[in-house]
Amino acid sequence: MQLNTKNQLQENLIFTRPSSLNARPHHFCPGCGHGIVHRLLAELIDEFDIRQNIILVAPVGCGVLAYFYINVDGCEAAHGRVPAVATGLKRVHPDNIVIGYQGDGDLLAIGIAETIHAANRGENITIIFINNALYGMTGGQMAPTSLVGQKTKTSPYGRSVEEAGYPLKACELLATLAAPVFIERTSVHSIKQIIKTKKAIKKGLSNQIKGKGYSFIEVLSMCPTGWGMKPQAAVEWIETHMVPYYALGNLRDR
Amino acid sequence: MSKKIFMRGNEALAEAAIIAGCRYFFGYPITPQNEVPAYFAMRLPQVKGTFLQAESELAAINMVFGASAAGARVMTSSSSPGISLKQEGISYLAGAELPAVIANIMRGGPGLGNIAGAQGDYFQATKGGGHGDYRIIVLAPYSVQELADLTVLAFDLADTYRMVCMILGDGYLGQMSEPLVLPKPSSKHFDKSGWALNGAKGREPHIIRSLRLNPEHALEDLNVKLQKKYQTVAQNEIRYEEYKTDDAEYLLVGFGICSRIIKAAINGLRDKGVKAGLFRPVTLWPYPYQALQNCAKNVKKVLVVEMNAGQMVEDVRLALNGAVPVDFIGRMGGMIPEVEDIIERIESYAA
Ligand code: SF4
Repeated sequence: MQLNTKNQLQENLIFTRPSSLNARPHHFCPGCGHGIVHRLLAELIDEFDIRQNIILVAPVGCGVLAYFYINVDGCEAAHGRVPAVATGLKRVHPDNIVIGYQGDGDLLAIGIAETIHAANRGENITIIFINNALYGMTGGQMAPTSLVGQKTKTSPYGRSVEEAGYPLKACELLATLAAPVFIERTSVHSIKQIIKTKKAIKKGLSNQIKGKGYSFIEVLSMCPTGWGMKPQAAVEWIETHMVPYYALGNLRDR
Repeated sequence: MSKKIFMRGNEALAEAAIIAGCRYFFGYPITPQNEVPAYFAMRLPQVKGTFLQAESELAAINMVFGASAAGARVMTSSSSPGISLKQEGISYLAGAELPAVIANIMRGGPGLGNIAGAQGDYFQATKGGGHGDYRIIVLAPYSVQELADLTVLAFDLADTYRMVCMILGDGYLGQMSEPLVLPKPSSKHFDKSGWALNGAKGREPHIIRSLRLNPEHALEDLNVKLQKKYQTVAQNEIRYEEYKTDDAEYLLVGFGICSRIIKAAINGLRDKGVKAGLFRPVTLWPYPYQALQNCAKNVKKVLVVEMNAGQMVEDVRLALNGAVPVDFIGRMGGMIPEVEDIIERIESYAA
């Protein structure tokens, strides 16, 4: 706060709601990582001044209402089909910025074919992948990204390698392909990582604006509800359990 | 001056779609419709369109969803097993009220079946193959000419009602070559600026969705709206053909390729002095119940002939509601009913 010459109170806001983020309460649980990523995306849309150019494709899962929170043209996709819907949209409107937002069941289980093929075609789209190691929306079932030993509704004794194999690593899988121009895994469990996440999404968007091709940003994200933890414990669980398996960092930047 | 050309059914379908302004095709290979994507792959780049061979039928129908949401005229084609895979997407298209044209060049089933033409997907097409209360418009051409004409119409119907319109052909129709006059594009214009996605420039954002979390005020409202729309379609869009029905004592009913065999049988019967006629529904949904009822008023018996175990015959019985006895001949697994068998069956009624 400052006093101006007329001795009136003048606001000096240093932290505001991005104008692309709708002023409506969201449905995410306390401590959920989705809200952070939504905000980062909205900030970047403001910074690039591309709000009126965006088409956001929302998944089936906790991210399904993304189009309610971010003030842009939005499109739903059937479970796993975000990259296919995004492909259809982008092929019709190559000048629009098409962003796909997906969770781990959506992107790596039911939709892994669409994920790999959209990436392999080098579709000029940006995919944001929220990896929280289980199915949040349906109540915490085992996902392809659930860690070995992780207890979920459908792995009550812990994920066993004999039964379910090993957790899938999306970035490493996609890095075997020639077409993607940007692949990076980040996290939202610390300020430092949140800043890195924003940078990565920024690169993903600028790649698309420049017409460079397919960008993929995986974000390790807290799901305190699904993990049965307090928000602070969830933040720590990412550091102690997820990061050691899902190495943070860039796998491709062309 | 419209010139007659010689074309294979599947290629005429694709060319007619291009004439109708379709510039986007997403599909996946399956026999006996492979000439459709191959033709689009050749032609669409020439007209600045996009052909994309999808990684699966699921991907293809959802690419159609995206392109339709973007406001484009778009289609996909497949054959029976592939159409089964598209059903989830069709339900989503219905829920989001997106227009799209889908061709099913049917083959023998169930399962992998075979690649011969068949009509076993009537139930799936007309009664809703996907989940939820929805309808799609189903057109059943019986010649290459009609296949092309109905394809142009399909795009207009899809855009008029923001619905899926299916062309229900079969392997024989898709594979056979016939002379035809290529259809003209319709002059109708459809303004999609009120809902299509292209970035919220100077307007409120558009949202394409079928999720309505509130049962009372959202999802039931959507369903009521959809049902009203379907009623309008049922009032306005019924199409059928009658052949030699004026004085007919025996009425044959068939759709698509099967009605050609029926016509041959009717001509044979007429040569023998038996008064037979054909009622051929062109729209399988909406089904011409009333027209069929009127047509069958003065006949002694109705014989339905299909290349399945008896699917449309249920709608015929529904239309006639016991007023006239209904008999059925069906061949399955890609087999074609014989003209002689139809003649014999009709003659047996008189005996
Ligand atoms: S269930 Fe998990 S992912 Fe879903 S909103 Fe709650 S915390 Fe977030």
